[in-house]
Amino acid sequence: MSALLQLDKATIRFGGLTAVSELDLQIGRNELVGLIGPNGAGKTTAFNLITGVYQPTSGAINFDGQSIAGNKPYRITARGIARTFQNIRLFPSLNVFDNVRAVFHLHLRGDVRHALWRGKGYHVEEKSIAGRVMELLEIFQLGKFRNEPAKSLSYGDQRRLEIVRALAAKPKLLLLDEPAAGMNATEKVELTRLIRFIKDKFQISILLVEHDMKLVMEICERIVVLDYGVKIAEGKPDAVQTNPKVIAAYLGD
Amino acid sequence: MNFRHAKTFLLGAIALCFLASHFGYELNSYQLDVAYGIGISIIMAVSLNLINGYTGQFSLGHAGFMAVGAYTSAVITNQFGELNIFAANGIFAIALLAGGLAAALAGLLVGIPTLRLRGDYLAIVTLGFGEIIRVILQNMDKVGAARGLSVMHGWTNLFWTFGLAAVTVYVVASLVNSTYGRGFVAVHDDEVAAEAMGINTTKYKVTAFVIGAFFAGIAGGLYAHSKQFLTPGGFSFMLSITFVVMVILGGMGNTIGVILAAILLTLLPEGLRMLSDIEHLPGLSAERPLGWIGDTRMIIYSLLLIVLMLTRPQGLFSLKKFSTTK
Repeated sequence: MSALLQLDKATIRFGGLTAVSELDLQIGRNELVGLIGPNGAGKTTAFNLITGVYQPTSGAINFDGQSIAGNKPYRITARGIARTFQNIRLFPSLNVFDNVRAVFHLHLRGDVRHALWRGKGYHVEEKSIAGRVMELLEIFQLGKFRNEPAKSLSYGDQRRLEIVRALAAKPKLLLLDEPAAGMNATEKVELTRLIRFIKDKFQISILLVEHDMKLVMEICERIVVLDYGVKIAEGKPDAVQTNPKVIAAYLGD
Repeated sequence: MNFRHAKTFLLGAIALCFLASHFGYELNSYQLDVAYGIGISIIMAVSLNLINGYTGQFSLGHAGFMAVGAYTSAVITNQFGELNIFAANGIFAIALLAGGLAAALAGLLVGIPTLRLRGDYLAIVTLGFGEIIRVILQNMDKVGAARGLSVMHGWTNLFWTFGLAAVTVYVVASLVNSTYGRGFVAVHDDEVAAEAMGINTTKYKVTAFVIGAFFAGIAGGLYAHSKQFLTPGGFSFMLSITFVVMVILGGMGNTIGVILAAILLTLLPEGLRMLSDIEHLPGLSAERPLGWIGDTRMIIYSLLLIVLMLTRPQGLFSLKKFSTTK
C-alpha cells in the first residue's frame, strides 16, 4: 500500500538559509512516526511545509495520492491533515463546546443560506453536530467542561482540547507539535497513553515532533532525525538511539 | 440567550413593528426623528458588530457604506412622483434593497484587496475608503455634489425602520450562532489556528464585510428617506466613529449589548438637550437652571464616554453573549 504522506526531496530556503534540505519522509497508514532533532534543526519548518504554512522551494509533497504542495492551510486540513500547536492556540473567547464545533463547518452540507434560513434541515444538522461534538468531548473526558471558556481549563486539559479540536476535522494524519512541552512527569505518562489511544481508536497516522526523548522512544514506531535541515538518521527507536550521528548531533562532536 | 426560535422572534418583531407604525401618527416629527435615529443606529451598530466585534476586523468605513446605500436608494426613488401607498412601499423596498446591494458590492470591492491587512492597517485603509466615497459624492454633479441631494419622498416609517432593524439582528445573531458562523469568532480569536482548522479566513472576512456593508446600505436608505436631504459631509468618518463607539460600548461581539448602546448613545444627546430646556426646577429661582447643559452638551457626552470606557472597558452591557448551548 502506498504511503499516506510522502515528501520527496522537499526543500525550503529563506534567502540564503536552507531550513529544510531535500527531505524524504514517508508516513504509512495508521503509523506513528516521530520527528526529532536539536533546536533549530528544522522540525517545525518541516511541519509548516506539510501543513501549507510554507510552500516548498523545490520538491514534492503528496498526501493520499495527490500533491498538496502549494495548497493553502485550510485546504490541506480539509484534505485530512490536522495539527496542534507548540504553544496552545485554542479560540479563547469560545467555550469548550464551540471550540470543537467551529471545526465542524468542514463537514457541513449547507452554507450561509442554510444558517440564515434556519429551516428543518438546519436544525437537524446542528443537532447531529452537537451530538458528535459531545461524543468527541466525552471520549476525552472533557464533556463536563462544555460551557466553560476554553482559556479557563487547566494546561493539560487545554492540550487535550486542542487534540480533540484537531480530531474534529476527521483527519487521516494528525500532526502533534511538541505536545509534551511544559508538562510534568505524570502528565507525560498520561499523554503517552492518550496518543496510543488516539492511534488505535481513530485508526489514523500520527506525526509527532517532540523534544522529550523518553516519550518519543517509548511510543514511536519509527523515528526521523533532523539536524541543520538535513535528515541524518531514520529507523526504529533502538537503532536511532545508538546511531553515532544522532549522538553527535545531540551532544556535540 | 437561546436562539432556537429565531424565526418566531423575527416574525413577532416584524408584526410588532407593523402594529407600532400605526401609532406613529401620534408622535410629533421630533419624536419620530429620534425614533428613526434609534432604529438606524441599531442597524448600523449591529451590522458593524459582525465586522468589528465578531470577526475582529477593525473597520472605520461603515459610514461610507451607509452613504452608498443612501445615495443609491435616493436616486432611485427620486425618479418617481406621487404614488399610492402600495406602490410607494413597493418602490421603497426595491430602493432599499438596491441601496443595500450597492453597498455590499462596495464592501466586496474594498474587502478583497484589503483583507490581507490586519489591525491598524486595515482600520486606516477602511478609513481611507470612507473618505474616498465622500469625496466622490462631493464631486458628482448628478447627485448635487457638495450642495447636497434632496430626497422627494419621506417614506421611512416606524415599520420599515424597526422591521429592518429586527431583520438585521436576526441575520447577525443566526449567523454567528450557527456552526458555520462560529468561524467568524474563530477568525477573531486566532487567525493562524482558524486557518489550520480548515477555516478559509479570507472568505469569512469578506463575507462579514459584504453582509455588514449590505445592512449599512439599507440603513443609509432609511436615513435618506427620513431626513429627505443628503450631503456628503454628513457621512464623514466621525459618523463611522460614532458606530464604532456603540460597538465598543456594547461589548464587542455582544449583539444585545450593542443594541442597548445604540439606543443609549442616540438618546443621550437628546436627553441632555431636554434637560437644558427645563424651564423651572423646584427650589431654584433661575430661569432654565440647566441651560448650561445645552452649551456643553457634547462635552458632557464625550466625558460620559471616557468615564464609561474607564469603568467598563469590557463593554457597558457585557452580561452574557448569545449562545446556542442549552
